[in-house]
Amino acid sequence: MDTLNNWRERLISKTTRPTLITTYKYWLWFGFLLVITGNGVFQYWKQWQHGLYVTDMRDRISWGLYITAFVFFIGISHAGTLISAILRATKAGWRAPVTRIAEFITAVALLIGASFVVIDMGRPERIFNVYLFGRWQSPIMWDVMAITTYLTASVIYLSAPMIPDLALYRDRLADKVGVVRNFIYRTLSVNWKGSPKQQKLLGKAITIMMLVIIPIAVSVHTVVSWIFSMTLRAGWNTSIFGVLFVAGAIFSGVATLIIIMAILRRIYHWEEYLTEKHFLYLGYLLAAFGAFMVYVNLSEYLTEGFNLEEAGLFAFRQLFLEDFAAMFWFYIIGGLLGPVVLMLVPKTRTIAGVVTAAILVVVAMFLERYFIVVTGLRVPLMPYEAANYAPTFVEWSIFAAGLAIFCLLITIALKIFPMLAIWEMTEEHAADISDRPTEEPNMVGADIVGSLTSTERLPDAGPPAEGGGS
Amino acid sequence: MTDKSGEAKRSQTPKGEVPISIGSVDRRGAIKLLGLGALGAVPLVASARVMDGLVRDIVKGSVAENQAADTVPTREAGRIRQWTMVIDLAKCDGCQSQGTPPQCTTACIEGHFAPQPMEWIEVYEAELNGGGSQFIPTPCQQCENPPCVKVCPVGATFPTPEGTVLIDQDRCIGCRICMAACPYDRRFFNWGTPPIPPEAALSDYNPDHQAPASSGTVMKCDFCPEMARDGTLPYCIQACPNDAVWYGDLEEDIATNGRTVVKATKLVSDNNGYRLKEHLGTMPRVFYLPGHGEDIGRDPHDEGRMPTEWPWIERAEGAVTWTR
Repeated sequence: MDTLNNWRERLISKTTRPTLITTYKYWLWFGFLLVITGNGVFQYWKQWQHGLYVTDMRDRISWGLYITAFVFFIGISHAGTLISAILRATKAGWRAPVTRIAEFITAVALLIGASFVVIDMGRPERIFNVYLFGRWQSPIMWDVMAITTYLTASVIYLSAPMIPDLALYRDRLADKVGVVRNFIYRTLSVNWKGSPKQQKLLGKAITIMMLVIIPIAVSVHTVVSWIFSMTLRAGWNTSIFGVLFVAGAIFSGVATLIIIMAILRRIYHWEEYLTEKHFLYLGYLLAAFGAFMVYVNLSEYLTEGFNLEEAGLFAFRQLFLEDFAAMFWFYIIGGLLGPVVLMLVPKTRTIAGVVTAAILVVVAMFLERYFIVVTGLRVPLMPYEAANYAPTFVEWSIFAAGLAIFCLLITIALKIFPMLAIWEMTEEHAADISDRPTEEPNMVGADIVGSLTSTERLPDAGPPAEGGGS
Repeated sequence: MTDKSGEAKRSQTPKGEVPISIGSVDRRGAIKLLGLGALGAVPLVASARVMDGLVRDIVKGSVAENQAADTVPTREAGRIRQWTMVIDLAKCDGCQSQGTPPQCTTACIEGHFAPQPMEWIEVYEAELNGGGSQFIPTPCQQCENPPCVKVCPVGATFPTPEGTVLIDQDRCIGCRICMAACPYDRRFFNWGTPPIPPEAALSDYNPDHQAPASSGTVMKCDFCPEMARDGTLPYCIQACPNDAVWYGDLEEDIATNGRTVVKATKLVSDNNGYRLKEHLGTMPRVFYLPGHGEDIGRDPHDEGRMPTEWPWIERAEGAVTWTR
């Protein structure tokens, strides 16, 4: 029978695999991302020179793909919060292998999302005016405050639970990796020795961050929605926008997490840790949020449509029947109902089914962000012909670069950081087997204590998730 | 120093008199002078601005302060003018009778060097309920409860004590949330490097006249506060061949279209004046008197107007233009 120590050693070797082994495929993928990024940088340089003239945005549709990307990426960043903070708070035991990946997605997506606001600015070099002259009455300032807070909190929430794992890397990989990574491990593991005092402090820190980050995350996508809903435009000026955006954010965040989990699982053979159970649970979450999104949409469109105003009529026509109908119905049927159906039918209640649902959701949520931004601006305010908008090559290139940098940062992180939460997973596994009436019930504790050196002792102080199990 | 420049301007108008009445004396002359492709005259206007700007620049701190403290035209101590505009739609035919593009828009473009395709005062053609159309010249509505000001993250667009809303293009970061917020489609963005004719390039920048335009920032109708202080009517009012547009001061309750001077509130009430999208609560300072050009004999079924032109665009080197 597998002892806990063996289990843990195997986990460590599997987790360090991406850090220690780099194949040519990795460099191929890396190069591919670099090319896309390079093209985006080049196109942005063009935009820097000629102004937003190089986009297809104009006075009447004055926001487009960049703001879509901003909302989309900030939405994806909600993966980390939900999975990690909410599941940690509710002591859902199965979350352990998923949290680290989710937290990385959060930090990276936030960085990309925030950059798109700057990319969208007419005078990006004046970004510091926001700090010099900032008015707290402006929804944009709310976003600046919320997003910077969220980014700070997310980085802390990512790095704090990683400390014991980084200390492990520091001790185990010292002679296997170069100077840079050694430096990173030494610095970020903040002299972790696994002493009871340190464990206690870490447990406290994680608990506090977990509780703090949930309201912050909810506030972030709420104020993102308020950028739109604080205007006097049909389709935007509605109190449901905050709910719609937060639910949509978590929805797309979970979907992105599923996709990235599936990819990593396949490449690094993490089948033992990212099991079908994890995918199914996340899939159920997806289905639940899909159903909730249907409800929110129905509530919104019925309220607005029942006593249809002129501007509302225009907004509805373009959405349901005309220019944006294909997008809209794909969003409703494929993106919202799709996951529900896929999870309801036993045949598709598989990893493949969940991943399919996740891909549908990510695409649909991107389209939703796009049509929310563009259709809201497109409704004519005065007697003029409605304008049209089609993103230019420059805009698509920069958006693609955003996606590429998102992947790139995760790809780089794979080479440095433990993508699986080793200590939390071990803890959970220990709890798991101690729950079971195993052959040697009393040996478990001894196993842990006895076989680990002092620096690698399991930090069992984490208040979350103890005794979670099944 | 600051006070002197303000004093100098005020002294051009005899104390207690309506400054705009000066413009009305020689209105046609003013049109010729300012106008409509009279090349020689334009630099004059511009150079007056340059001097103005120079004086102000030496003394100015922040623009908003400058606005608030130095240049507010007071009739008497403690009284601040509250600019307003009344547009008589019964007298507007979109310049169909002139066979020209709307003269208000043209004059505005000439005077402000508004980059193509910006029509700070745009003449919309709206359908009438019984068929046919009306023309609605639409400047910035200068809301008392301005949605654009509320959303600006850096205070680049700000209300003045005179009740107008201006934009400081030196501060604007180009986020365009004000454009999303404006319910009247009255804000314009410099998507590219804006066309700047030589005479505008000379002008010293000031939010009061917004010239020269700068890339990546928002512009809009400014209600010509400088001209008003100097005792002249805004370009659009000077140019209107049918005296359809009135400019006035709600504080003194007076308005003029360049020909007659009337009580502003009475003008609005007597003619069933209304404001655009009143239900939004933006409280515009622009009032409309209903109509479709019937006072000057326009048939509502005679639709369409000449497209707006930017005649000076050819003098702007390397000009980039776009469409709205």
